[in-house]
Amino acid sequence: MEYAIEIENLTKRFDNFIAVNNVNFKVKKGDVFGFLGPNGSGKTTVIRMLMGLISPTSGTGKVLGYDISKESEKIRSKIGYMSQKFSLYDDLTVDENLDFYAGVYCVPKDKINKKKKEILEMADLVGKEDMITSNLSGGWKQRLALGCSIIHEPDILLLDEPTGGVDPIARRQFWDVIYDLSKKGVTILVTTHYMDEAEHCNSIGFLYYGNILSLDTPNCMKEKIIDGDIVEIKSSNTLKSIELLKLKNTVRDASVYGAGIHVMTEPNTDLNELKECLIQNHIQVISIKKVKPSLEDVFVFLVEKENRK
Amino acid sequence: MEHEIIISSLTKKFGDITAVDNLNIKIKENTIFGLVGPDGAGKTTTMRILLSLLTPDSGTAEIGGRDILKESEEIKQHIGYMPQRFSLYGDLTVLENLEFYAEIYQVPKKEKKEKIEDLLRFSNLTNHSYKLADQLSGGMKQKLALSCNLIHTPKYLLLDEPTIGVDPVARREFWKILFELKEGGTTIFVSTPYMDEAERCDEIGLMNNGKIVKTDTPANIINSFNKPIICVTSENNHLARDIALKEEYVTDSYLFGEELHIVVDDSDNAIKKLLKKFDTNYIKASINKISPSLEDVFVNIIKSEKRR
Repeated sequence: MEYAIEIENLTKRFDNFIAVNNVNFKVKKGDVFGFLGPNGSGKTTVIRMLMGLISPTSGTGKVLGYDISKESEKIRSKIGYMSQKFSLYDDLTVDENLDFYAGVYCVPKDKINKKKKEILEMADLVGKEDMITSNLSGGWKQRLALGCSIIHEPDILLLDEPTGGVDPIARRQFWDVIYDLSKKGVTILVTTHYMDEAEHCNSIGFLYYGNILSLDTPNCMKEKIIDGDIVEIKSSNTLKSIELLKLKNTVRDASVYGAGIHVMTEPNTDLNELKECLIQNHIQVISIKKVKPSLEDVFVFLVEKENRK
Repeated sequence: MEHEIIISSLTKKFGDITAVDNLNIKIKENTIFGLVGPDGAGKTTTMRILLSLLTPDSGTAEIGGRDILKESEEIKQHIGYMPQRFSLYGDLTVLENLEFYAEIYQVPKKEKKEKIEDLLRFSNLTNHSYKLADQLSGGMKQKLALSCNLIHTPKYLLLDEPTIGVDPVARREFWKILFELKEGGTTIFVSTPYMDEAERCDEIGLMNNGKIVKTDTPANIINSFNKPIICVTSENNHLARDIALKEEYVTDSYLFGEELHIVVDDSDNAIKKLLKKFDTNYIKASINKISPSLEDVFVNIIKSEKRR
């Protein structure tokens, strides 16, 4: 099996602060790897080390077989990077932004036009070439930023929260493009706070205060990590229900989930008992059922388990 | 029930673009109203007009019985507003930020200390009060920004996409705070691109191209969706989607987390035909009927608007 990214015992300290602590993971060529974790967990620091922008304190990393400490120049020409703050020139047109990035990445002159046409089609920006970037809506800007980051046909794409603040339709369009790239063999590492996006990844690494807590496929994570049951309840008073449920000793945690509540209970907890507890307190129970844990449940479970330590 | 925020025939143009187009919204006292819509729908412009940061071309709005065009100064004393990029002073501590906002909002000295203590407790920041705002995590920054805008005990809270870039744990905590504020009598107007958050609102308005396409409770909006949706789980949802989209009885097909959702006219018929199609393409799949989620409804309404 060929790996596009291989990281071994990677550590980064800033003075006394350990931003990344002995992290290990591998990403297969052509895979989409999702990097999850709360704000400040070290995701961006790992990405910066992969790009050779900062050097690790210890440990090694290889990107496309090149050493991240010694051969970062070689790596950079093969990497595309898009950050949350799409680095586009707002006062340039769509076309001019693409030209600019083609220049930066030294795309051969005879290839530029063909490449630009491809990107405009892929990003659904045909006809918008002459629009000033600041006039584009969020979803378009985001796809333009992605287009700019792949104009030099990189083998690896690093995306740092690329879909923050983008609406559900634009997010779907964006992920369609990501898949097409992955099908063509581009390896993608993406960080996101959207758990539904994490479901689309081939594998996920869960980072928390610099440590990898879990590394697996989305399905395995949902099946293996939570050792209790998840019960979904819809009631007439969400807030009061949460307070009451938390007092029960079979309940480990209860929190807002969509329009209802997700309750994490000990295995094989009697649902009628939970229902009774709410009814006795004059709360109407609209529905109560055991559900498969979602990735969001897994995320919250891992964070809270870690916090209790 | 009385309406506390009433937006009437509000219009705002920027050059050729009509950002807000004859908008009408009524928000009941002591509820959470969610404004949901794609980028560029006009959500932020609407909020800015309510705050008198922008003047509408025509129409007006009332907040607590006061007209935004004539009584904006009085209104401001009762509004808390958290913009998308909230402004905290990174080089001030948590406590100093709260004190600064207390000054701006002219909170009486006698009340200030107690109010700040209350807010710190409320947002779980008591143990972090001497940290610089820059050193806080994203979720804590967001709670501090909210607290700063609650220092004058506003009756109305306007939140413009407050949970962007915040992780799921922090988002849950933030919403718990909003529920508590509502319980305490605050009327909340919040815009969000997250459909799971929209589902927690008492009422939502779906906004597109400056107009409200639909206003109702989340449950009613979901129930009003009249097309069947079927859900596919397979080992290759991408291929399955491409195949489904070629079928003439399929209206739309899109990925939904680990599932593939397909909008059809007749679900039984479609399930039968699709299972056969998938089988001939060597895709192992199971299909069942599902009731749509708010995100399904949103995607379908906005897409059908675009086709017009």
